[in-house]
Amino acid sequence: MEPLSNKRKVLDFKPLNLLERSYLPEIAKGLTITMKHFFKKDVTIRYPEQKREFSENFRGQHSLKRDEDGKERCTACGLCALSCPAEAITMTAAERQPGEENLYREEKYAAVYEINMLRCIFCGLCEEACPKEAIYLDGDIVPTDFLRKDFIYGKDKLVEPPLNK
Amino acid sequence: MELLDIGIKFILIVVIFLISLVVAMYSTYAERKLAAFFQDRVGPNRAGPGGMFQPLADGMKMFMKEEIIPTQASGLLFIVGPSLAIMTACIGSAVIPWGQAITIGSRVIPLQVTDINVGILYIFGVVSLGVYGIMIGGWASNNKYSLLGAIRAASQNISYEISMGLSIIALLMVTGTLSLKEITEQQHGWHWNILRQPLGFIIFIVCAFAETNRSPFDLPECETELVGGYHTEYSSMKLGFYLFAEYINMFISSAVMATLYWGGYNYPGMDWMAAHVGPIIAPLIGVAVMFAKVFAFIFFFMWVRWTIPRFRYDQLMNLGWKTLIPLAILNIVLTGLFITFL
Repeated sequence: MEPLSNKRKVLDFKPLNLLERSYLPEIAKGLTITMKHFFKKDVTIRYPEQKREFSENFRGQHSLKRDEDGKERCTACGLCALSCPAEAITMTAAERQPGEENLYREEKYAAVYEINMLRCIFCGLCEEACPKEAIYLDGDIVPTDFLRKDFIYGKDKLVEPPLNK
Repeated sequence: MELLDIGIKFILIVVIFLISLVVAMYSTYAERKLAAFFQDRVGPNRAGPGGMFQPLADGMKMFMKEEIIPTQASGLLFIVGPSLAIMTACIGSAVIPWGQAITIGSRVIPLQVTDINVGILYIFGVVSLGVYGIMIGGWASNNKYSLLGAIRAASQNISYEISMGLSIIALLMVTGTLSLKEITEQQHGWHWNILRQPLGFIIFIVCAFAETNRSPFDLPECETELVGGYHTEYSSMKLGFYLFAEYINMFISSAVMATLYWGGYNYPGMDWMAAHVGPIIAPLIGVAVMFAKVFAFIFFFMWVRWTIPRFRYDQLMNLGWKTLIPLAILNIVLTGLFITFL
């Protein structure tokens, strides 16, 4: 029969000769290969001391942003909580009192803003939903802890530190 | 004076005992580190500088683990097993000459615990006793996996002891003595036995791999395949003893190979050294050379472990009975012809 392609290879299984059956040359070959690897430089990144650079669009811990005057951008509209597929975000809104204009940009602000880091899946939908550009997932990896309650991050951990002016 | 001699011997025994324990301890570290290097990894590096204290941490862990003796196990034998394993591993070092005698004033201190005239037979006796530790441990566990593992280990050790003994017979025909000290002294200069018995050495080292249950013949353990072999039921330091015994065995068999085939503490330029640096320093250099050879063999053991995949059990038996034993007998015949006609 005509072969469909010319890729067919005819294999012939010759019995091994004495040298091949003694394994020793092959063992020597294997030993040289492992010895080459012995002197190869390892590629390990020693994690806690050394860190691999994150990619540009890495999503880490959230931060609540301030504007250029150091006022909190968040207006507690709740769109981030609404968009969150893991239902990790909760907040309580409050009205800005006279004299607090330097703290909050809008008349309404988030008195309580909590993200449960155990629920969060770091999808980034909250930052896409935010109309005020107030939340970004631009932080580091969220650190570990021992108790569940310590994974609920409040404003103390989320809001950017105040600008130095 | 008699008391002083006994004291020196006692110190020597303690020192050699400690050295074999420390070497075995750091062999575990070296094994993990070398395995890492062979696989382009880093290896343990957290405990101390470069992970130097890792064996201490491991030992600590072993001691802190819960001591479990299964209810169905035979209590006494269950404890005797690992004790016997580590004891037989340790006493093998008694006849190995670590260096030339040191001369301080008129006193000659031999760096060998005892120079009995049946040194090689003694080592073989001790090595065959090692099987009992494994067999008793596997039997006393009252567990079918342990028993199967022990049977595998015992049959492997017994099979390879035969060809090991036969390869040694050819060596004895060349040396004409069973004393390890005399064998070492005969190799002074470049008369190393590896040059006279290359085939015998290859047979011996293959058997040594099998006797110490090292890869590629580590079927008694097969940590990647079996539940654990003969020490399945063991925990805590009793397990530690079994693992430790294996590393001490490796150290001792490396020392035996260095002594029998690679000239022991002999090194080129030895007489010149002895004449120039005095009767204390020169033997100590010999000891260092001996240990360098031993460590080279331990390195080789580990190198092979991370290179060659494990043999199948029938391949192991085929190699032992159908290849190595005929080869060893051929080696005896060739050696005999060589001695008779040359």
